[in-house]
Amino acid sequence: MNIFVLMKRTFDTEEKITISGGKINEDGAEFIINPYDEYAIEEAIRVRDAHGGEVTVITVGTEESEKQLRTALAMGADKAVLINIEDDIENGDQFTTAKILAEYLKDKDADLILGGNVAIDGGSGQVGPRVAELLNIPYVTTITKLEIDGTKVVVTRDVEGDSEVIETSLPLLVTAQQGLNEPRYPSLPGIMKAKKKPLNELELDDLDLDEDDVEAKTKTIEIYLPAKKEAGKVLSGELADQVKELVHLLHTEAKVV
Amino acid sequence: MSRKVLVLGEIRDGQLRNVSFEAIAAGKIVAEGGEVIGVLLGESVSALGAELIQYGADRVVVVENEKLKQYTSDGYAQALLAVIDQEKPEALVFGHTALGKDLSPKVAAKLSSGLISDATAVEIAGGNVVFTRPIYSGKAFEKKIVTDGLIFATVRPNNIAPLEKDESRTGEVSSLSVEIKDLRTIIKDVIRKATEGVDLSEAKVVVAGGRGVKSAEGFEPLKELAAVLGGAVGASRGACDAEYCDYSLQIGQTGKVVTPDLYIACGISGAIQHLAGMSNSKVIVAINKDPEANIFKVADYGIVGDLFEVVPMLTEEFKKLKVHS
Repeated sequence: MNIFVLMKRTFDTEEKITISGGKINEDGAEFIINPYDEYAIEEAIRVRDAHGGEVTVITVGTEESEKQLRTALAMGADKAVLINIEDDIENGDQFTTAKILAEYLKDKDADLILGGNVAIDGGSGQVGPRVAELLNIPYVTTITKLEIDGTKVVVTRDVEGDSEVIETSLPLLVTAQQGLNEPRYPSLPGIMKAKKKPLNELELDDLDLDEDDVEAKTKTIEIYLPAKKEAGKVLSGELADQVKELVHLLHTEAKVV
Repeated sequence: MSRKVLVLGEIRDGQLRNVSFEAIAAGKIVAEGGEVIGVLLGESVSALGAELIQYGADRVVVVENEKLKQYTSDGYAQALLAVIDQEKPEALVFGHTALGKDLSPKVAAKLSSGLISDATAVEIAGGNVVFTRPIYSGKAFEKKIVTDGLIFATVRPNNIAPLEKDESRTGEVSSLSVEIKDLRTIIKDVIRKATEGVDLSEAKVVVAGGRGVKSAEGFEPLKELAAVLGGAVGASRGACDAEYCDYSLQIGQTGKVVTPDLYIACGISGAIQHLAGMSNSKVIVAINKDPEANIFKVADYGIVGDLFEVVPMLTEEFKKLKVHS
């Protein structure tokens, strides 16, 4: 089976966000594989181990994404592809990323493409379905279970807490929701092996794309931090009185109940 | 510049969801005096058209087809694209719900358009339609505009106030017949396990538990409190990782982002990753044994104490309040 994973490098979830020069300040920040993409990588490896084939992890990014690609290889992916847009694109959006990925994937005869259902930085959740549409294959988002039998696929999908069981077929794109699996940590032998696995770097030229073909349709005009909350009121006294006071405050001062 | 705007009305259990009325309110702003057209897709849904109009739509287009009884991206996209083809709108607004998140990127890709997802506000500024949306799960915000083509956005539930319902408003509800074919995904079963009726992302009140809840049973008092307040139960990653509850309840940078009117955090320490998912709630109450817990830094009101003592007392006190008011 020919399996591809769409991966994004993101800020660590425990990072505080600061802004300098109108942009998110990346200095000294820890970067990780987008947590939802980690589920996708893990699932891809499991599908390969059960059905045979090869897992290729792709990212659209800069040289700095190599580290996360190597981590994916150390988890067990077979190949990695970096589509390096550093020199070509200053302000891309989801239209840009999806178009680049689809252009790369269009002649790869992918059976299964996996990604995270959302990236924890931009948070749009658009790229997976956009890529599927551009490749004209079906997709299922926010999946928590994937069963493949030949070309028949049964997927369980999280829909705001309920589960939908969906029948579909390969080729297919799915996006991972929490609960799909427990991603493995790279093992030491895995990390050693990853160093020798192929990591192919491409640029827009190699995909016969011009900057104009992938020019963003949207633009960020301002980034700001939410207003800092003032310190709240920690109540005191007998617990029973605190509870009474709290309910009173919520009713009369905050007016939320 | 006035615009023609299509707003997708979303139906659950035979009723329009609140977020659809909020989407109409957003559509009104985007329209700048232009026409706001509600769209309803389903098997037998035209009766709901009048309500969309009462909430501000000028008219409604309905596509009824048995293949639209359940949502599938293929079916809904075909129906919606037929409506878009007929109406030729300059803007589209959906709710940022499971359905909206799943469908909007497909439609955007089909139309080669941009898409601004998960908007929490919309305004006209400097001649542009400007959307505000959280990034890094609410640790920061960005203002975004569409620079080329169709204006297309999804709006986060609970953030844009709907217009006052006006029962005297009337408008045309027309139907469009669309052939729906080649559905590549088929829903075989729906397993209902969501938060007993109240959806976490739309709930006005969320009662959330963390590691301090200690067990699956420990969530019971929280459920009782949520029931009294008509709210939903949520959880921190710690509680989910410890298997006290299902991951579908997780609130945080991984998990759901919620912005209820009232968020009651019980036994939650307040890790950065959790705060990202709830710190934009209107009022936050923290209940924690540890007075140094990080959660008190974002809380409007705090009680230092054992949640197993405090939560049942709160439930009783709210019950009394409900009786009196």
